[in-house]
Amino acid sequence: MNELKRTPLYEEHLVAKAKLIDFGGWEMPVQYAGVIDEHHTVRTKAGLFDVSHMGEIDVRGEEALAFVQMLITNDVSKLEDGKILYSPMCYPNGGIVDDLLVYRYNSQHFFIVVNASNADKDYAWITEQAKRFNVIAENLSEQYAQLALQGPLAETVLQRITNYNLSQIKYYSFAHGEIDGVSCLISRTGYTGEDGFEIYVAPEYGRQLWRKILEIGANDGVKPIGLGARDTLRFEARLPLYGNELGAEITPLEAGLGIFVKLDKADFIGKEVLLAQKEQGIPRKLVGLEMIDRGIARSHYPLQKDGQEIGFITSGSFSPTLNKNIALGLIRADLDILGEILDVMIRGKAVKAKIIPSLFYKCDKQGGHSAKESGAMSEKISAK
Amino acid sequence: MNPVELKYNKEHEYAKVEGNIVTFGITDHAQESLGDVVFVELPDVGTTVTAGKSYGTVESVKAVSDITASVSGKVVEVNTQVMDSPDLLNSEPYGEGWLIKVEADDLSSLDSLMTAAEYEAFLAQEEH
Repeated sequence: MNELKRTPLYEEHLVAKAKLIDFGGWEMPVQYAGVIDEHHTVRTKAGLFDVSHMGEIDVRGEEALAFVQMLITNDVSKLEDGKILYSPMCYPNGGIVDDLLVYRYNSQHFFIVVNASNADKDYAWITEQAKRFNVIAENLSEQYAQLALQGPLAETVLQRITNYNLSQIKYYSFAHGEIDGVSCLISRTGYTGEDGFEIYVAPEYGRQLWRKILEIGANDGVKPIGLGARDTLRFEARLPLYGNELGAEITPLEAGLGIFVKLDKADFIGKEVLLAQKEQGIPRKLVGLEMIDRGIARSHYPLQKDGQEIGFITSGSFSPTLNKNIALGLIRADLDILGEILDVMIRGKAVKAKIIPSLFYKCDKQGGHSAKESGAMSEKISAK
Repeated sequence: MNPVELKYNKEHEYAKVEGNIVTFGITDHAQESLGDVVFVELPDVGTTVTAGKSYGTVESVKAVSDITASVSGKVVEVNTQVMDSPDLLNSEPYGEGWLIKVEADDLSSLDSLMTAAEYEAFLAQEEH
């Protein structure tokens, strides 16, 4: 077995008595105090995550804009400098290579953040595609520690250790500033469904920032949060996870990411297939499910209707915020009807679930604005 | 910390023997490794369970874990309280967090279980 990779914050996780697991080849904290407690901390206060395992790829060159436009399904041509955009990245057959965040410095410089478990695959894919363009793609994953501070108190807490006016960093924007005297890329993004920041910093300063944020946030209840709660938080907010809702065999249209697929822009990888799928009808849909019978639907459990297999569960869990058992499932499109009753096959037993709206949880104040103020909110989604 | 009057198996479950009635539950180590327990599936009263076979599941937020009967027999009582409050398995695994009571056909299968001291040695060994 390959040696697990460790983030610059590994020693801090040991100090905090985290339970560590193998996550995509990384030795990562799955929980500290307990998943449910950590989940509520992020929903009601703020929590600090080590997300240094995420991959960062820098793209520069005269044709950077044209290249990124070809690479992803969303449209960065209208994105302002200093703003961020979420997008799937597809294969020619419409299946998903990964989902990612694109940071636009300018039309000749983009910074792409990808999933940890896909980072090497993504970099290989991006490098291959880059051959046709006058650009240089560089894997900077080793040059960053990444911390995410998420929750309603995130801005208040972080503001105590930076002179940068954080209220000026709007949702899905980024800036360079000093935090605790350390130069950082500060991004108002996250993967929890809450307001918050993702902070990119040189690896040698990771531990300093981690300790400082926990110290200055202690009285407000800020605590370290593991990947267990990260998953329940993202799931409640219907933020997709690669390997669950997304994969090489699932198109972004099926996964409910149609608003991030700009079929009206010039050519991009996968466009032909996705356009045809849109015209001919999308075969599968991602739906929300609530358990009617007792049971928890887990990823990959089959879904049946009248004894026929019609799909499978992509993610399922006890929801700490809603205090009930819910799931996301990818099913035959014609059965996507609110209130429809399906059978989740749990260890061979049919357990009833009902189709409900899939956005289980919606924060009313993200990026410092109420959701109502920000019409573009629905176009925003976070990195892993 | 693991009560001396109980017997333990390698799946981190305990059996409490009172006459021919055996109470099953999971150990403190089991609840600790599972994390927050959010769902428990147990058999109905009157059904039978078989030694060495799964009789239900205990699920935490992240994991599904089978629970194994340490004797064969008929289920005479089910702890319905843990079905409504699965967190009792975390807070009181040896008390209110018990799972089912079985009227044993035969107690001989208990002979292969560990004493509390043996179980603690087993835990120490598993750590390495």
